[in-house]
Amino acid sequence: MTFVLTEDQEMLRDTALAFVRDELPVTHLRALRDKGANGHDAGTRKKLAELGFFGVIIPDEPGGEHFGLVGLGQILEAQGRTLAATPLLQTALIAASAIQLGGSKAMQAEWLPRIAAGETTFALALDETAHFAPLNVATEAESNGQGYTLNGMKRFVPGGHDAEMFIVVARTFGEAGDRHGITLFLVPAKAKGVTVQELKTFDAHGAAHVTLDDVMVGPGAVLGPVDEGADVLEPVLDRAAIGMAAEMLGSSVAAFEMTLEYLKSRKQFGQLIGSFQSMQHRAAKMFTEIEMTRSCVAAALAAVDSGKGDIAELASLAKAKASELVHLVSNECVQMHGGIGMTDVADPGLYMKRARVQEALYGSASWHRDRYARLQGF
Amino acid sequence: MAYDATEDLDAFRVETRDWLEANCPPSMRTPMTDDEIVWGGKRGTFVNPESKTWLDRMGEKGWTAPEWPASYGGGGLTKDENRVLQEELRRIKARPALFSFGLWMFGPALLEFGNEEQKKRFLPDIVKGKTRWCQGYSEPGAGSDLAGLQTRCEDKGDHYLINGQKVWTSYADQADWIFCLVRTDTSSKHEGISFILFDMESPGVEARPILLISGSSPFCETFFTDVKVPNDQLVGRVNGGWEIAKRLLQFERSSISAGGFGGTGGSGILGPEEYAKMHVGTDSEGRIADGDLRGRIADHKMYAKAFSLTVQRQTEQAKAGQQVDHTASILKYGAAKMNQDRHELLIEALGSEALGWEGEGFDENAMKATRGWLRSKGNSIEGGTSEINLNVVAKRVLGLKDHQ
Repeated sequence: MTFVLTEDQEMLRDTALAFVRDELPVTHLRALRDKGANGHDAGTRKKLAELGFFGVIIPDEPGGEHFGLVGLGQILEAQGRTLAATPLLQTALIAASAIQLGGSKAMQAEWLPRIAAGETTFALALDETAHFAPLNVATEAESNGQGYTLNGMKRFVPGGHDAEMFIVVARTFGEAGDRHGITLFLVPAKAKGVTVQELKTFDAHGAAHVTLDDVMVGPGAVLGPVDEGADVLEPVLDRAAIGMAAEMLGSSVAAFEMTLEYLKSRKQFGQLIGSFQSMQHRAAKMFTEIEMTRSCVAAALAAVDSGKGDIAELASLAKAKASELVHLVSNECVQMHGGIGMTDVADPGLYMKRARVQEALYGSASWHRDRYARLQGF
Repeated sequence: MAYDATEDLDAFRVETRDWLEANCPPSMRTPMTDDEIVWGGKRGTFVNPESKTWLDRMGEKGWTAPEWPASYGGGGLTKDENRVLQEELRRIKARPALFSFGLWMFGPALLEFGNEEQKKRFLPDIVKGKTRWCQGYSEPGAGSDLAGLQTRCEDKGDHYLINGQKVWTSYADQADWIFCLVRTDTSSKHEGISFILFDMESPGVEARPILLISGSSPFCETFFTDVKVPNDQLVGRVNGGWEIAKRLLQFERSSISAGGFGGTGGSGILGPEEYAKMHVGTDSEGRIADGDLRGRIADHKMYAKAFSLTVQRQTEQAKAGQQVDHTASILKYGAAKMNQDRHELLIEALGSEALGWEGEGFDENAMKATRGWLRSKGNSIEGGTSEINLNVVAKRVLGLKDHQ
């Protein structure tokens, strides 16, 4: 079945929901923001590791059982509900997927156990312009006899300020825009020549610009095939888009529930504002969109695990629908709360700020709509 | 035992496959056009004689209503067996043997609310396609506010006497019987409605087709003047019809959304992206040259995919015993939007090719698309307007209250 969780996945979901409710409520993000932590949160990382959340898609031994992306999706949806800043998407999903899809046996043996244990955090250093454009890579990787020398600048790397390792997307051949000539590298954040410029973002999750200045890596740092790294990068980005869609679904549901509560408690003209039809219809439309988006996200997560169905199409569908949903719901959340929605002390603003970051990462709605059309041949 | 159940199901699949192989005529395994749809009934026609064979055979097995009890003419299949049957039907691309309001709406309601005698009397002829039913719900003064209906039904001791008017009665001019909402008490709105059945050939019944903007007449105005109805044709209790009416509306909304608004979806009509490529043209990479139109078509296609995934999710979750909150209203709302968007995009992509009405000089499928566009405007009105569906979601699912 595509849309029904296994008992194990249900337990994982319930554990994740209880965890974010008890340990990572929105007040936790607010507190991190107010003390200027910029998403750094060592305590949370430790707890996530204890719960085993970093290893959800990593089997204990090669070929063994795991919860699958459906399982990880439940956790990401849960963290989306409270806007929690965690390294899970970057490390447990993106790095674990990239190394499993493209890494050599040695690389897998070295890194997968450390990822699963939460010992090492990763970040994908991809974008070089202000918009998601995965082939638009100019960062150079020049063969130097003993390995490669990397030079370039990566903009707005999510989790980049909190990562111990980078997956750097670089060019070993051709020009920015070419699919051929892309190669992926594992680069330690502490490597000589790596500069991490921490960015304070409005969602309080943080990010970083990463500059690579004559960074030397050995041949063992190559992740996937030389020049054909796009063959690994693209399926990884599909998974990232699907994981982010799950997180956005969680944020949308939580913002919607908060709005619904307000509609049921706030009175004007002697009436609950939720009794006005203009409010009721907008709420009902949001609910409809939530249900439709949930189907897309669930289908995309399940397709990755089963290998059936077109993962690329479903990834674009899920990310586009979830981006539109979180955009709609976060705006309506602010509007329906009226003046209180404009205040810093209330939560709607936090949801709207986080929504805009979520929308932009791994392809906006319009990027994925364009890709969906291309995949369908028009 | 799960093991035995699986084995039984496998055996059922083999039997079913053999039976379909022997009994589904070859032409019934090809796509059908709207005029080939079989609605059954005394006045039913069969454009293709093999569709009569197909209906008779399926009706005899009870497989037009696979999960209804065999004692009422149904197939008596379990949910799992029916799933196998549907898979096997899809596998050979078999046409539905029968389109029927009796199967989709009235039958399921009668199974829940009818007495034994009524079920025995009416259900078998629905299964076999012998009786075609129509739905007497809306009235000139009771559309969205359905419970405001005024058609009078008086108890005359040995019979009921009905006077009033219905409107938007689908195919009333071709139906044999009607299931009808009538007012048996004027002192209470919802508690004064009863659910009654009668023969459309009863003296005093007149159905007049209404010509629509699309040029077709699927609906009628239906008049009742001193129509006598035997006492045993009232379903449930007197003044208890509203509960039945609402339940039946859920069946109606589900069947509308599952079928994506009836008909065959216009076989022969291409998708909007195909017409756009043809009439707007493509760029060097094969993309629709008008980027704005292309984006809107992609948006629509994604909505349609999300919609079909949601139907699939609802089905799977229902099978797993998980309640999905009032999805019928959500899906009815979504189906209307989807079908209307599709038709707007079709005629936009077709350009002047879509502006024909009849005669030479226009592509036949393009004219079909145009008629379909006009017809689709009713999708957000019939079976509960989109606004009423949003009300239902707001109140019943989200728990928002009326003004106090």
